[in-house]
Amino acid sequence: MNAAYTVRLCHLYPEMMNIYADRGNIAVFRQRLAWRDIALEITEIGLGDIIDPGQHDLYYLGGGQDRDQNLVAKDLAANAATLQAAADAGAAQLYVCGGIQLAGHQYVTADGTSLPGLGILDLVTEAGATRLIGDLVIDATIEGTTQRVVGYENHAGRTRLGASCVPLGRVVSGHGNDGESGNEGAVLNHVIGTYLHGPLLPKNPWLADLLLGWALEHRYGQDVALRPLEDAVEARAHTAAIGRAGVRR
Amino acid sequence: MRRLAGFIANASGWLSRRLGRGGGTTLPGVVLLKLRPHALAEYAADLHHGSILVSATNGKTTTTRLLAAATRVAGYHVVTNTEGSNLERGIAAALLKGANGAEVGLFEVDEAALTSVAASTQPQVVVLMNLFRDQLDRYGELETLVDKWRDLLDDLAAQHEPPMLVLNADDPNIAALGRDRDNVVWFGVDDTSHAVAHLAHAADATMCRNCGAPLEHTVVLVGHLGHWHCPNCDATRPSPTISATQIALTPSGQHITVRYPTNAGPPITMTIDSPLPGLHNSYNIVAAFAASWAIAARTQRPQDVDAVARVIAETKPAFGRGEIISIDDKRIQLLLAKNPTGVNQNVRTLLNSPGELHVLVLLNDRTADGQDVSWIWDVDWEPLRPRLASLTLGGDRAWDLALRFQYGGFDMDKIKVAPDPSNALDIALNDTLPGQTLHALPTYTAMIDLRRVLTQRGYTAAYWSDE
Repeated sequence: MNAAYTVRLCHLYPEMMNIYADRGNIAVFRQRLAWRDIALEITEIGLGDIIDPGQHDLYYLGGGQDRDQNLVAKDLAANAATLQAAADAGAAQLYVCGGIQLAGHQYVTADGTSLPGLGILDLVTEAGATRLIGDLVIDATIEGTTQRVVGYENHAGRTRLGASCVPLGRVVSGHGNDGESGNEGAVLNHVIGTYLHGPLLPKNPWLADLLLGWALEHRYGQDVALRPLEDAVEARAHTAAIGRAGVRR
Repeated sequence: MRRLAGFIANASGWLSRRLGRGGGTTLPGVVLLKLRPHALAEYAADLHHGSILVSATNGKTTTTRLLAAATRVAGYHVVTNTEGSNLERGIAAALLKGANGAEVGLFEVDEAALTSVAASTQPQVVVLMNLFRDQLDRYGELETLVDKWRDLLDDLAAQHEPPMLVLNADDPNIAALGRDRDNVVWFGVDDTSHAVAHLAHAADATMCRNCGAPLEHTVVLVGHLGHWHCPNCDATRPSPTISATQIALTPSGQHITVRYPTNAGPPITMTIDSPLPGLHNSYNIVAAFAASWAIAARTQRPQDVDAVARVIAETKPAFGRGEIISIDDKRIQLLLAKNPTGVNQNVRTLLNSPGELHVLVLLNDRTADGQDVSWIWDVDWEPLRPRLASLTLGGDRAWDLALRFQYGGFDMDKIKVAPDPSNALDIALNDTLPGQTLHALPTYTAMIDLRRVLTQRGYTAAYWSDE
């Protein structure tokens, strides 16, 4: 493919933060761009690596096991300013599961230790006594459009939003951020945090294209539009997953 | 009272079968434990040689089958749960059915149930084979499970007569569990000719449990199993006492040479032809040899090693673990799809078959399958792409599979989707030509569904009459 346009993806800690099939989300980015003759260039960041400031249009951080997530939390501090500057400049960022916890101000573990986060999303997370596990269906609203988004959640953290970010959506079925508020995820400008995996993007191509659109806008301004895709298989899987979630409620 | 509880529990199994509700292999255990919560310990107390427990993410059913044959030929009267559930209730059911006169209990145990089962069954030999990422909604994080097993082994070590541990030297997490312990029999695969280039995607056990540094793998065999060491401390793959020194894989099984210790002289080697396909089964075979060695040592009973080797070689694949069923002039091979590591091994086995491949994948998301279907994205399906003649997708979450293959760059024109397992089977068989084999990869409950369809059509006996 000799693409005229390229999206530059920065994948944070793929070796450690990959517990809920996060590579499915990356595959969706790559394939949906390829279908539109747009290239995807991936930079993987591991422990000790420094992100090149301003060189990426899209950032992704998935979930990990507790031990790995603790190591990443410490390591992220060196990249916090770069990631904040990228968010301020309108680059797209997606933080899933453990990712949303690390994107907030802090994560308080079960033994009371406070791990500082990036502080890009105005939220705090505290470990709960039980894990919130199961199908998760939400009505997500971004830029005035509301869509039903479906996936799976499995997290001990209880996330509470501050004043400056809004939830990604309202829980239709499942637990969401804390199992109480009915909120799921968080959005601030072009930054999305969510507990939804499954993975998130294959069954919710609307979100994938929203993020890719932001990424292209970051690099090329308003010049590049994403051609609509058929998404027939996506729609069938989306419907089937909502059906299963309904049966198990 | 114990006898009455046993009678009622047995009757429930009989009733279940009469009503056509299934195999009735677990219900008696459920009823028994309801009536007598300590029944497991009560029955296990009658076992003269105590019990042998086999646990792992992958391979416990096959290894338990191999070991059942090996212990029986060695003359032990064995009670085992090879046909039933591997939770407490399944083991209770097995004891209820077969405890009479049995001197050894041989139990396949669910990873998460190991601690409670070990507490009531007086284990004399504990076989721990591997831990891979599996059903996170049910088992939780792998690290947590390793910690639980470590606590269990600590408790067992404090007992008056701690059990012998049969541990896989090639799994860094399992090896860490045996570090600085006595009574460990190590097994592994020494033949490195089947190594793959990299650790599997999203591999676990990448960090040293002793010091936290990243481990180095010099040889990767299955998932994260292989030859490894820590560059930062003295943790390294223990040298296995019992190992596979040479393996030749064939589409329908393997020739495997096993190094086995003798009491007095140097180790001997034995080569067997096994109908169990794939390198993952090489691990199951050496684990069974290692466990037989441990049992003989523990019970101080001399062993006819040739007889053990013979029955291990004769053991056919367990229910749905590579078993082959004839359907008129075609064949169907059932390869249970449980988790990324297991399916990656199934994919390797398929690639070992000659010619174009016809594949049926069935994905359910019920409790026994794991409700979270994310794991299909961690499977490396892509190597199948150039070899596929047809691919049929079924099960409750067939469309999730379709997405996985679509985003994996497969030719969607070759892929057919039919959630109903009976329809999916028809489509897949229709695409399979006479003389060819259809490879079916169903999740657990999808395999039960598929098996039911095959039984209804008269191709195979009901699953509970397997033994």
